[in-house]
Amino acid sequence: MLTSLSLAHYLTLGAILMCISMAGIFLNRKNVLILLMCIELQLLAVNMNFVAFSRYLDNLDGQVFVFFILTVAAAEAAIGLAILVVLFRNRRTINVAELDDLKG
Amino acid sequence: MIMGIDLQVILFYLFSAVLVGAALAVISSRNPVYSALFLVLTFFTAAALWILLQVEFLAVVLVVVYVGAVMVLFLFVVMMLDINLVPLKEGFVRYMWIGIPVALIMAFELLAVMWAKGRFGTDQFPVPADRAADYSNTRAVGEWLYTQFLLPFEVAGLILLVAMVAAIALTVRQRKDVKTQKPSRQVRVKRDERVRLVKMKSEAPASKGGN
Repeated sequence: MLTSLSLAHYLTLGAILMCISMAGIFLNRKNVLILLMCIELQLLAVNMNFVAFSRYLDNLDGQVFVFFILTVAAAEAAIGLAILVVLFRNRRTINVAELDDLKG
Repeated sequence: MIMGIDLQVILFYLFSAVLVGAALAVISSRNPVYSALFLVLTFFTAAALWILLQVEFLAVVLVVVYVGAVMVLFLFVVMMLDINLVPLKEGFVRYMWIGIPVALIMAFELLAVMWAKGRFGTDQFPVPADRAADYSNTRAVGEWLYTQFLLPFEVAGLILLVAMVAAIALTVRQRKDVKTQKPSRQVRVKRDERVRLVKMKSEAPASKGGN
């Protein structure tokens, strides 16, 4: 475990990151902003796995895939935050518990 | 080598500790501003780990795109919204009793699968050799991207364009009470619309002895 870095090290780190962000979604389920941040953390965990596999399998496809994930994540963050701003402008709140207009 | 431990391993554990600590701080901070700042630290440390993996291009992209653009956007929105933080934090302790056990069970399962029988150990996946000194990761990724993934690359650009248009269209707000100049109308104006020549007789001065 201490002499060389195996693929399992990086996968473990990704798994721990994923679990932390999962817990974050549970804990902060009223604050849309932190929910968005937790989603970014999950994407980072996935990217970590992709990069590690790409390196250990010596295959560039994983890195290209991370590139596309970053692109889509940036688009998602921009639109998500724009929706959040519009939401706050109309309702003066970002509390998920109060966003029940659709009565779902 | 320090005391028989590879320097890379030491750095890996150091960065991993910072990464996990920062991620924990993201989800447990009271103030969303602190969360956003800790998220910046998380991404930065992840970039360091990727450089440790010799994936330099993506590490730099992660810093430029995430730390430079996305997180600044997050901070901007966090500070612009005047949020009442107290109701957003209620239930934190109550959900802790669900969230933490679920996360721990998930972590246990994932790690059990991962470490059992050394599935992803160095036997199955040997440690890759260091890249040559003149190896360019950016060049390799670029060549791969522009040959094998040209169409997806163009589509990615289109997605960014659509996202930009959508974000602007969502947040743009026309205000009715603001007076603005419209240069196109100013240029198009004709003389007839502004000046009216009136033909009239010259008036005699008012009669003497009037009031």
